[in-house]
Amino acid sequence: MSFIVNLVIGLIFGAGLILSGMANPAKVQNFLDLFGTWDPSLAFVMGGAVLVAALGYRIAAGRSAPLLGGAFQIPNRTDIDTRVIVGPALFGIGWGLGGFCPGPALTALGLGTTGALAFVPAMLIGMWAARTLAEGGLTTRPA
Amino acid sequence: MTEFTPIASLLGGALIGLSAALLLLLEGRIAGISGIASRLLPPLKGPGLSGRAGFVLGLVAAPFAWMAATGAEVVQTVSANVPLMIVAGLLVGFGSVWGNGCTSGHGVCGLSRLSVRSMVATGVFMATGFLTVFVIRHML
Repeated sequence: MSFIVNLVIGLIFGAGLILSGMANPAKVQNFLDLFGTWDPSLAFVMGGAVLVAALGYRIAAGRSAPLLGGAFQIPNRTDIDTRVIVGPALFGIGWGLGGFCPGPALTALGLGTTGALAFVPAMLIGMWAARTLAEGGLTTRPA
Repeated sequence: MTEFTPIASLLGGALIGLSAALLLLLEGRIAGISGIASRLLPPLKGPGLSGRAGFVLGLVAAPFAWMAATGAEVVQTVSANVPLMIVAGLLVGFGSVWGNGCTSGHGVCGLSRLSVRSMVATGVFMATGFLTVFVIRHML
């Protein structure tokens, strides 16, 4: 059951990445190219996503449990440690170099471009290394 | 050059937000792709494994479902520079897990719930992203 629900939610996420242009590295790099061929589209992606997601969080805040059971697992950390600076700093460099962040990279995998086939395995190795280094993966939590 | 697409980008963004809202309301979880993907790597542990596998499969299948549903091609202009893409992939994978989130977890979900930690993370990766593209396109 959880598999099917998540599959559909993942499909919606992927469709959003494709429709928005976020799945296209050229568009991402042009968004990041403020002083060149700047394409502000991705600001609209973030705007649309945050608006709708924030509505979801408001609704969730008034509920005691998720609709399909279990408990809400929402990060509650507020500290600013070095990891939350160093990690995003490295991530941003890779994002600028390749034009992919993790979601778009996964939607690109099946299309089989040379770049995606090089990027995705490297990304998974990087993720594994960070998780392993972070005390056996027990301390990593999603944002 | 890529075309400025405010309407498609806003609607696509809304779909991403809808997906994050559904995952939270139905399953109680945050739609952070780096967290979801990294926990599918060994050592496998914790509950929710099948759910995370389903989510990632949905992302991978999305372009095929998109092409089948709309009849349109999925346009992706990707660098074919293999060493560059390997370095980029390593940095994105390591950095997103080391910092507990990426564009989705810190960006979309974190900003939606006004997390200061996520605002800091988002500001940092935007800054190094802008800087990196400036260096590779205008200085090298």
